[in-house]
Amino acid sequence: MEVLNLTGEEMLDLLGAVEIVNFREAITNRADNYDIAFVEGSITRESEIPRLQQIREQAKIVVALGSCACIGGVNCLKNHLTMNQALQMVYGDSAKYYDTILARPISAVIRVDYYVRNCPPITSEFLKVVKALLLGRKPEIPSYPVCTECKVAGNICVFELGKTCLGPVTRAGCKAICVTGGRHCWGCRGLVDEPNINSEEEILKKYGLTVEQVVEKFKIYNTYSEVMR
Amino acid sequence: MTRVNVNVHHVTRIEGHGNLVLNAKGGKIEELRWEVPESPRFFEAMLVGRHYDDVHHIASRICGICSITHTTASIQATEAAFGIQPSEQTILLRKLLYDAELLESHVLHILFLAAPDFLGVDSVIPLAETHKDVVVMALRLKKLAYNLAETLAERKTHPLSCVVGGFAKLPDLNVLKALRKRLADAYADLDVTVGLFKTFKIPDFARETEYIALRDPKEYAFISGQIASSDAPTVSINDYLNVTNEFCVPHSTAKYTRNKRDAYMVGALARFNLNFKQLSPRAKKIAKELGISAPNHNPYMITVAQLVETYHVLDDSISLIDQILERGLKGEGNKVKPRAGRGIGVVEAPRGILFHDYVYDDRGIITKANCIIPTNQNHNNIQKDLEALVPEILDKSEDEIRLMMEMLVRAYDPCISCSTHSLNVTFT
Repeated sequence: MEVLNLTGEEMLDLLGAVEIVNFREAITNRADNYDIAFVEGSITRESEIPRLQQIREQAKIVVALGSCACIGGVNCLKNHLTMNQALQMVYGDSAKYYDTILARPISAVIRVDYYVRNCPPITSEFLKVVKALLLGRKPEIPSYPVCTECKVAGNICVFELGKTCLGPVTRAGCKAICVTGGRHCWGCRGLVDEPNINSEEEILKKYGLTVEQVVEKFKIYNTYSEVMR
Repeated sequence: MTRVNVNVHHVTRIEGHGNLVLNAKGGKIEELRWEVPESPRFFEAMLVGRHYDDVHHIASRICGICSITHTTASIQATEAAFGIQPSEQTILLRKLLYDAELLESHVLHILFLAAPDFLGVDSVIPLAETHKDVVVMALRLKKLAYNLAETLAERKTHPLSCVVGGFAKLPDLNVLKALRKRLADAYADLDVTVGLFKTFKIPDFARETEYIALRDPKEYAFISGQIASSDAPTVSINDYLNVTNEFCVPHSTAKYTRNKRDAYMVGALARFNLNFKQLSPRAKKIAKELGISAPNHNPYMITVAQLVETYHVLDDSISLIDQILERGLKGEGNKVKPRAGRGIGVVEAPRGILFHDYVYDDRGIITKANCIIPTNQNHNNIQKDLEALVPEILDKSEDEIRLMMEMLVRAYDPCISCSTHSLNVTFT
């Protein structure tokens, strides 16, 4: 629904270029054939796997939309518990009615062609990807860290303020909005291709922070990442 | 014998997954069920072990539409646990940010999700051709709400600058001044919406139920107050569990609730019914124009109550900006000292009363969390409404019955992902 946050012109332009055939949250009718499927959310139930596989079969291009679909996101925080513990904690005596599996990104289940990262996804990045796909081009997404954009934004380094930040190892593309908003990077876009974990550790040492502190921050979006496993 | 089978698997134009099932034979209902099969989310389990500074960031992710709501309830729960009393400046900014959320959410529901039913189309998209002015207007109102939220919290969906203890960054007063003008201009857009709604035929149906909402003696309550009920005396937010009485039902991953009757309603109509006197004079005038008075027992009027509230929200946000401009803003340095204990945060989400309840240890790490979402509280009432509605309309065609059932569910503006811990109608 965040995508509905388009301006009048952007939305009407988009509707002129594509035909939206299935969007349950906004449209009543549905269709079964489509070129591009945007999939939101992570996989948390067995029954979702065949549904996702079916979408993969029907779509020419599958785009993962948002942090949950791209990297597992906050849903994977429950993976630090056993699924029985999680069920008991939320549903108590009625836990037997429900099922859940370890949360995972959609790429753990199907082949994914493109990723629109971020939590929430950024409207301009979404549009950029849609336009590239309509033109038959591969969308370009940065592979350098958030720090690069953060400097351009003119922010004071979060480490200088004595707080932990995941900017040095997180894939850019967000213009460091969280730091600009007075906070720090949580890593919602996932890691850069070759994260320099040693350098992050050096920064932590320099500012008197511990690896544990940064691991706790890491868990929030990147529990499913290889670095965490 | 006439058979009526309605089976809507995944009702559309609502947030999340819900199903409607109706089987009737010879005028007798054999099966009628509102099912919520959305995947369980486990936010309460996900919050355990998290540091207070990350908690509202995660809690915000319960919902992409009402993330400011969840953030606010979460921050207030943490502040209650730590014994922090937010400053007057913080409260003004929080209320203004909250108004941005209500404006955006109500406009989205009124014009994008509910209006297509009354205009005989299946979504807002065909309206882009037939009612382009309405669509452009709705997008303009949404944009205004987004810009207001961006000014205050850097972003509307999953806001950033509002934190435990206050704001991590303060808004630019000149930008607020410019927004004040746009808010004042927005009445004209709402007036067009009211004109449109006057042409809509709202289904004639009534079922009295218990209505529950926050009530604050000082104002039409959104982020403060105690728990008021149409059936019982007002109680402290600390006694919320005695009001919600959650229970599980096997066909639903969302928990259900009940208080004095078999079900209760929360949301815009509950607020309207309980706190009508505190609405702004302009909102009251619009209510009269739209033919709604308190109490109203027609759930299809929830959308109309939202429209009335939208005027109140515009009045309120302009008044808040005036207060902020007059007093100015100063950096307050949000010092937070964690302490062990329990804190409860309660707000009125666009869809109704929302509870966040946390237990912290002395390091500021959550050991236990409970969230009770408005849509959860409405599920049971939706079921009871359907049980009263369907016998009245069984002589209609299956298509008409299906539409009436779907419109009823949509009126509640359910946000099912939030509550699952969904919507789909099946006529069988």
